[in-house]
Amino acid sequence: MTNGHPVLEAIDQTVEARRRPRMDVVYGWVSTVDHKKIGLMYIVYALIFLVIAGLQAMLMRIQLAVPNNHFVSPQVFNRLFTMHGTTMVFFVGMPILFGFGNYLVPLMIGARDMAFPRLNAFSFWISAFGGFLLYFSHLGGDGLYGAGSAPDVGWFAYAPLTAKVFSPGHSTDYWTLAILLSGIGSTGTAVNIVTTAMCMRCRGMRLSRMPLFVWLMVVSSGIVFVAVSPLTAAQIMLTIDRYLGGHFFDTQAGGSAVLWMHFFWIFGHPEVYVLVLPAFGFVNEIIPVFSRKAIFGYPAMVAASVGIGFISLSVWAHHMFTVGMGPAGNTFFVFATMVISVPTGIKIFNWLATLWGGKIIFKVPMMFCIAFLFQFLVAGLTGIMLSAAPFNWQLSASYFVVAHFHYVLVGAILTALFGAFYYWYPKVTGRLMSEGLGQWHFWLFIVGFHLTFDFMHVPGLLGMPRRIYTYEAGRGWEWWNLIVGIGALFQTAGILCFVWNMVRSYYRGEIAGHDPWDAWTLEWSTPSPPPSYNFAVEPTVFSRRPLWDLKHPEDQDVNYE
Amino acid sequence: MAQSSFRVADSGLLRSPTSIFDPAGTPAKSAFGLSMLILSVTLAIFLIVAGLLLYVVIRYRQRPTDSEREPPQIYGSTQIELSWTVIPILIVVMLFLSTTRVILETEAAPKPSNALDVIVIGHQYWWEYRYPKLGVVTANELHVPVSDPAKPTPTYLSLSSADTDHSFWVPRLAGKMDLIPNRLNTMWIDPQAAGLYLGQCAQYCGVQHAKMLLRVYAQSPEDFATWVEQQKKPVVQDFSGNAAAAEGQTVFMRNACINCHAIAGTVATGRFGPDLTHLASRDTIASGPVENTPANLRQWIADPNSIKPGVLMPSMHLNDHDLDVITAYLTTLH
Amino acid sequence: MSSIPVSTQVDPTWRLPHRGVVGMACLIVAESAIFLIFVVAYIYYIGKSLSGPTPAQVLELPILGTICLLSSSITVHFAVSALRKAKVREATRGVAGTILLGAIFLMMTAREWYFLIHDVGLTIKTNLFGTTFYSLVGLHATHVVVGLIMLTVAFTLLLRGRVNERHAEKLEVLSLYWHFVDGVWVVVFLVVYVLGR
Repeated sequence: MTNGHPVLEAIDQTVEARRRPRMDVVYGWVSTVDHKKIGLMYIVYALIFLVIAGLQAMLMRIQLAVPNNHFVSPQVFNRLFTMHGTTMVFFVGMPILFGFGNYLVPLMIGARDMAFPRLNAFSFWISAFGGFLLYFSHLGGDGLYGAGSAPDVGWFAYAPLTAKVFSPGHSTDYWTLAILLSGIGSTGTAVNIVTTAMCMRCRGMRLSRMPLFVWLMVVSSGIVFVAVSPLTAAQIMLTIDRYLGGHFFDTQAGGSAVLWMHFFWIFGHPEVYVLVLPAFGFVNEIIPVFSRKAIFGYPAMVAASVGIGFISLSVWAHHMFTVGMGPAGNTFFVFATMVISVPTGIKIFNWLATLWGGKIIFKVPMMFCIAFLFQFLVAGLTGIMLSAAPFNWQLSASYFVVAHFHYVLVGAILTALFGAFYYWYPKVTGRLMSEGLGQWHFWLFIVGFHLTFDFMHVPGLLGMPRRIYTYEAGRGWEWWNLIVGIGALFQTAGILCFVWNMVRSYYRGEIAGHDPWDAWTLEWSTPSPPPSYNFAVEPTVFSRRPLWDLKHPEDQDVNYE
Repeated sequence: MAQSSFRVADSGLLRSPTSIFDPAGTPAKSAFGLSMLILSVTLAIFLIVAGLLLYVVIRYRQRPTDSEREPPQIYGSTQIELSWTVIPILIVVMLFLSTTRVILETEAAPKPSNALDVIVIGHQYWWEYRYPKLGVVTANELHVPVSDPAKPTPTYLSLSSADTDHSFWVPRLAGKMDLIPNRLNTMWIDPQAAGLYLGQCAQYCGVQHAKMLLRVYAQSPEDFATWVEQQKKPVVQDFSGNAAAAEGQTVFMRNACINCHAIAGTVATGRFGPDLTHLASRDTIASGPVENTPANLRQWIADPNSIKPGVLMPSMHLNDHDLDVITAYLTTLH
Repeated sequence: MSSIPVSTQVDPTWRLPHRGVVGMACLIVAESAIFLIFVVAYIYYIGKSLSGPTPAQVLELPILGTICLLSSSITVHFAVSALRKAKVREATRGVAGTILLGAIFLMMTAREWYFLIHDVGLTIKTNLFGTTFYSLVGLHATHVVVGLIMLTVAFTLLLRGRVNERHAEKLEVLSLYWHFVDGVWVVVFLVVYVLGR
């Protein structure tokens, strides 16, 4: 792998700073508006919650390892699955992906910072406060007997279970408020990302030359505008019901429980696309570099991403096939959901075509991306199964669905995230992560993932519903639940390797230089880590791969695009 | 009491009395047929795409003998993009049409005139069943007639809820349908073999969602008629020779039990909890998790939370004697 | 040998949109989605109240308030174009007019609500109509209040002579928000006072 360009080194040399007093350092982080620092704060914050939510999952798996277990009470179990889901979606998934977006988008487009740096900081701190509030519910949630308790209504909080009469105390309100604040933060960051990408690209970077990761963050952010707001609206309505005597979801007064479902899933389905599109973005950047080929079909990839964004807004009621919408409603949502598989498939084929004829280098980032490809393929196929309403009537609200969405969230998104960590860690810290430890992380995690989530499909097919704190013996579910639990242990071991790798490499990793992977997008032209101003002079680009043009002056991309 | 002639499907490594791949009624069989089609299509897609992926990562991996030059850069191909857009669209159209056919088969099937009607009301954490044309009210154990495919006699369920959302899921008979307050949903089942079909609530409804179990007894037309007759009979009031039961009735009617429970022909007309008129004719209590034995019944009345922690029935704080006599009384309610 | 991609001459053809306008446009999209959900709830529940007063019985067309609010879009537009031409006094008058008209609209709403609560007895608790009406109209009124606060800040700065034509884009961004609030009112008016009655 080549080092940085000598002329670039001369201009962008960072002066070594002296060690500053500790309070100055803390104040620096707390008051920063630098997109790189904010991005890192999002990521570290999300990793802490990943560990907490992972522990919650482990507790649930122990309870479900054998039938009629008494490891935790039903009340505790119901809080565990509510907190696990809420934490993972809002305080792990969103922050970590928007954290990467925050760090990378300005660097990839040759900008010095985001469009609205103070809004950026505000968005982070309000999201962080939301996470704190959610967990404060353990102390302040005021259950029936005055003991604090976390919400236990499930992460999608169906009405009327959330009405004051069925959920007394304040646990539901902590859920509502925490997510409301997180939604404000997400919207603020989304505004920043779209405005930055539209208004702050360096000279020559037309939209058709923007890195695919930036495209995907823009589409994701667009979805955030349209999808997070319905949840905000629904939560305002829920709070009006709970405190001002409103009747939005009060079935006793003629209100509709199904209306909450519609509003929630109008948010909830696009939300999962908000989570998966940045993961696609990571893969779009890593696969070409480690196949030594340009991405195949850039325009098709952009079109497919935008198409997925639009179609994702029309499929929401495939979460409601069992609600009794009638044949017309059911048929429409079957169609819309099946249609979204077309642009998604196009992306998989384009990744395959990028690998085809390339020179594939099996470093850890690439290994995670290849695992992503296999696993996302399976996740998509189980999604097609679930899109067929009559099949869905059997499988919905069962462990088949739980297996499917964990396949996407863990098998696709988290896997791609691991690849992203290994790929960009050298840029952020200036040191490479250990390949050896990375291999341990990879194999332990993949084995654990498959043990857990492949076999989790089976209890669903055998009739096991979700969100049950225990189950009867004699239903044929026992062995599968046990295997699922064992896989969780492997995954934990893998994550421990990962955390150890990150910590150790920070002090003892091999020095990376500007461009350890011989990559082609603008972030690899800066020193590692980049100076606070990113670029000394605004770059000018003439193609999608400015560093390829620099390194291959005899065969520039400009000639082919 | 217990109907020992009811066969539940076996359970084993891949066998289960609640397997969706062991359908025993038309809606479940239609869903099964569709699922087989979709599984074959998706399996084929998986083998092709995953096979290609495996081939690619082996064939094009970097080898030490490779030259230093970058491989040829291919930027795209409109023809190839078109082909892998059109073919998936065709597959989608085919799957969509097959799915629509099954949706209509199940949801838009005309209702035969001899269908049995049952109203199902979901509660936290039990099932209320009413047979309006037969004048029968019961709870937690649904009895229906077996349906002969040649001359179907399906049971049509009208589903609603008294509190939060629930879902009726007996996998061997049909896909699930939700019970939602202030809304009426409909589904139908037609078990084609006599036996006991198991299931449970499939929409999180609160603390004891996990133990809101379903038991559907499919009986031959004669057995079903016998059951109906028995359910319509008034409660026997003759306690000669059973002083404990007689006293138990008095204690029951004097306590707050009557606020929540109903026993036909007595002052107990509460609707919040299950109807107890023919309690002793049921195999299980507490909506399924424990067998209907005097010991379990006594335990349940003494402290429901010991069987279903968080259940809405409070402990009645009765002394041992009252518990004994009430149990004796309730076990006479055949 | 190609040099580092450093541009040493100004490229007049590289023009990107203004940050403020794009940011406000994104915010408007997000806020529209919130309003859309409240409008959907309102429409869904038309005629479904189990009891209590109906819209036809108690609502009257808020003509004066609507005229004021929609006119305030015109005044704010004048203010922006005046500021672009560095006519600070006229811009100040435009902003003042906008604030005044907006305040009249809010007063009309307050009067209507006082009548509904005090005389008719319709509150957010009364029935589905009450819940959806006060939520939707109240959400809009909240946005009007926020807009008036921002306009007052702009007015104060204009009075103090701190604003000139370089700030025209910022005033335009604020005016976009105000136009959005007026646009939402058109929808609310049609749905609540025309369709729903």
